[in-house]
Amino acid sequence: MSTKVKKMLFILSKGTIENAYAAFVMANGARMEGIESEIFFTFFGLEAIQKKKLEHLHVATVGNPAMHMPTMLGGLPGMEALATKMMKKEMEKLDMPPIGEFLEILSDSGCKLWACKLAVDMFHLKREDLIDELDGILTIGDFYNRADQEGCQLLFI
Amino acid sequence: MDLNITGIRLDVTEDGYLTDLSHWNKEIALEIAKENNIELTDKHWEVLYWIQEQVKNDVALSIRGIKKSGIIDIKEFYDLFPGGPLKISTKIAGVPKPKSCI
Repeated sequence: MSTKVKKMLFILSKGTIENAYAAFVMANGARMEGIESEIFFTFFGLEAIQKKKLEHLHVATVGNPAMHMPTMLGGLPGMEALATKMMKKEMEKLDMPPIGEFLEILSDSGCKLWACKLAVDMFHLKREDLIDELDGILTIGDFYNRADQEGCQLLFI
Repeated sequence: MDLNITGIRLDVTEDGYLTDLSHWNKEIALEIAKENNIELTDKHWEVLYWIQEQVKNDVALSIRGIKKSGIIDIKEFYDLFPGGPLKISTKIAGVPKPKSCI
């Protein structure tokens, strides 16, 4: 079966667990439908591909009205950790892989993973700080050039 | 919907998935595989039987499950069934289309 979307290009700019999962589920979903997919990690999105940080992403409890929690409560110490723990538990029930395993699945599925050069420089990161599965460090221009055929879609998360 | 394979009419869903696994046989699998431009090898059969086993045991199929299957890794899975591996392999195996998003 053919589909009009041929390639999905995602830009993940946030370091919260819900945004990382949104990008991963969509990128994986594309591959599962026979659509090419790539993710460009920039700014705080880089947290999701840093070896030391990727398993410690949190849910944002402050400034997130959908948490249905008073902002002052969300700001208390330990609140983010608690909310994250609860969310991870629910995700495990749905057989959602942890961030590290999800990245392995994406890479094995042929989803390309790129780090943003500007953000890598800004955060003073080295290649070895980033996951082994990473396909490379690109400028945004390089990433645009990956949209090299008809039916490419670019999505900012 | 009906599917006509080797002179036999089979009941299938709108997407072309067999509605009853008990009607499945190797000839049907070969035919559906051919429609998807896949020539079935021993490895394909191993995966197809494994998928049927999972469905019979009520295990929801997902790409994570493939990673943990012990019989095939994800890269191989994509190579064997190009263009949407879980979607295509389940169709050939005669089981329902997986509902999971992962």
